[in-house]
Amino acid sequence: MSLIWNKKAECLLPLEKEQLQLERLQHIVKYAYERVPYYKKAFDKSGVKPSDINSLKDIEKLPFTSKAELRDAYPYGMFAAPMEDIVEIHTSSGTTGKPVVMGYTIADIELWSEVMARSLSMAGCTKTDIVQNAYGYGLFTGGLGVHYGARKIGANVIPISAGNTKRQLEIIRDFGSTILTCTPSYTLFLAESAKEDKIDLKSLKLRAGVFGAEMWTEKMREEIEKRLHLSATNIYGLTEIIGPGVAQECEVKQGLHLQEDVFYPEIISPESLSVLSEGKKGELVLTTLTREGTPMIRFRTKDITSLCGGECKCGRTTIKMDRITGRSDDMLKIRGVIVFPSSIEKALLEINGLEPHYKIIITRPHQLDEIEVQVEASESLFSDEIRHMEETKRNIENHIEKSVGLKLKVTLVEPKTLPRSEGKAKRVFDQRELK
Amino acid sequence: MRVKQISIFLENKKGRLLEALKALGREKINIRALSIADTLDFGILRLIVADPDKAKLVLEQSNFTVKENDVIAIAVKDQPGGLADVLSTLSNAGINVEYIYAFADKQENDAVVVLRTEDIDEGIKVLKKANVHMLSAKDIYSL
Repeated sequence: MSLIWNKKAECLLPLEKEQLQLERLQHIVKYAYERVPYYKKAFDKSGVKPSDINSLKDIEKLPFTSKAELRDAYPYGMFAAPMEDIVEIHTSSGTTGKPVVMGYTIADIELWSEVMARSLSMAGCTKTDIVQNAYGYGLFTGGLGVHYGARKIGANVIPISAGNTKRQLEIIRDFGSTILTCTPSYTLFLAESAKEDKIDLKSLKLRAGVFGAEMWTEKMREEIEKRLHLSATNIYGLTEIIGPGVAQECEVKQGLHLQEDVFYPEIISPESLSVLSEGKKGELVLTTLTREGTPMIRFRTKDITSLCGGECKCGRTTIKMDRITGRSDDMLKIRGVIVFPSSIEKALLEINGLEPHYKIIITRPHQLDEIEVQVEASESLFSDEIRHMEETKRNIENHIEKSVGLKLKVTLVEPKTLPRSEGKAKRVFDQRELK
Repeated sequence: MRVKQISIFLENKKGRLLEALKALGREKINIRALSIADTLDFGILRLIVADPDKAKLVLEQSNFTVKENDVIAIAVKDQPGGLADVLSTLSNAGINVEYIYAFADKQENDAVVVLRTEDIDEGIKVLKKANVHMLSAKDIYSL
């Protein structure tokens, strides 16, 4: 059994936990109301005051916060702490509109380090480990989140960041990295490259991995564990809340322990917005209980999951969330990149002669997301020569890749066979099997 | 000489070729020559028909993407090496052939060859100079 980083926080008795959560909730609601004009306006509109929060259930009286509101507050509108107390800024990845900007105070960075230390410990990381951190460093929270957690544990971090597969492999081999952190799909890239470079993955010292930032499946876990000879665990988090470290799997690998003493979870029905009971599948809503820089009250993550309470075999009592199985809106996460169908549409419309009818199909044929965009072969795109048609296809592919930042495949289909935009045409077909 | 050809975009989907041909059959449009080019995702059906304008209209009404363009029609002796001679003429002149298809003439002892060169005018010029027997639109449609 791996070490529990913070027994006090991770093994609270139900009553202790509830008491702590309520005290913190009352404080953060008041704090947000007093310091962030958006919350004051939203609470007033709903006719609710901080003093109305007398039980955890009273959280249901509060309005939700969604990504749209955070965008409207660009850049600093959601900040509750004075600028001089902000020590770091991160933004959520996104390809349309303004990014969401989150501010961190020293205490927030400490909070983040703490939850990441708990997460990495769950995966088996100790101070003797060498953590190869292949999440991107930068405004994206993946890189620094893992970095802070590993530092707190006292492990040795290799801040290699994302990409440069050849070098990643060399360093894993030569530096004797024991823990790998990156997106799950990247591990399979690594495995394939290792094969090409004739690096025997069995001979490496890697023994555990902390993988997240995109949806993945049990089947993918099997594949990763088999190919990389390590124990693969799932991590969950989002910039709006803190970054990675909101929840993480322990060695039991049946659900992700959500750090309930600092993040309060609810599951709602994305349609009725009513709170669902434990075990029911719905959209995850999170409230930060201690965040100073940018407190989040009832943030709609759009991630579909369910919660399961009770004591885990590992000894922790924190509630567990199921792995994410979908998104409640059609925002897509492809190979870890957030993509909006609307941005693909925008890119398509910039191409002369292209009809504004399209269909996006996402599949995962070989454990890696693949995205196909079908467009209609209008007369202006059509040619009697195959060569020209292939060129047209490539041009569209390149254009979308340039503006959306994602490699995809364009298929030409016959005119009038794609859904028309009468009200809400279904244009996105996510055929990834996530279970 | 220049002859009109119609090209039809076909998705690689069951029954699409049949549907295109049926639409033409209903309107009693006779097909003189036909070829299909295909890739993994789609195909291009190319046709020489007696009434290309009408054929285009009919197919468009059935929701096909159709294009009309010119190709070169020539008559080649129906004997070994007949086509090779023509192609080497083009090759020597540095003219690329995009595609080619052929059918036998019922009346004459010739093969009719449909050629698409990158530059149609240039192709015609070279073939004329080499005294290749060119067929007019009228010749082809009345076959």
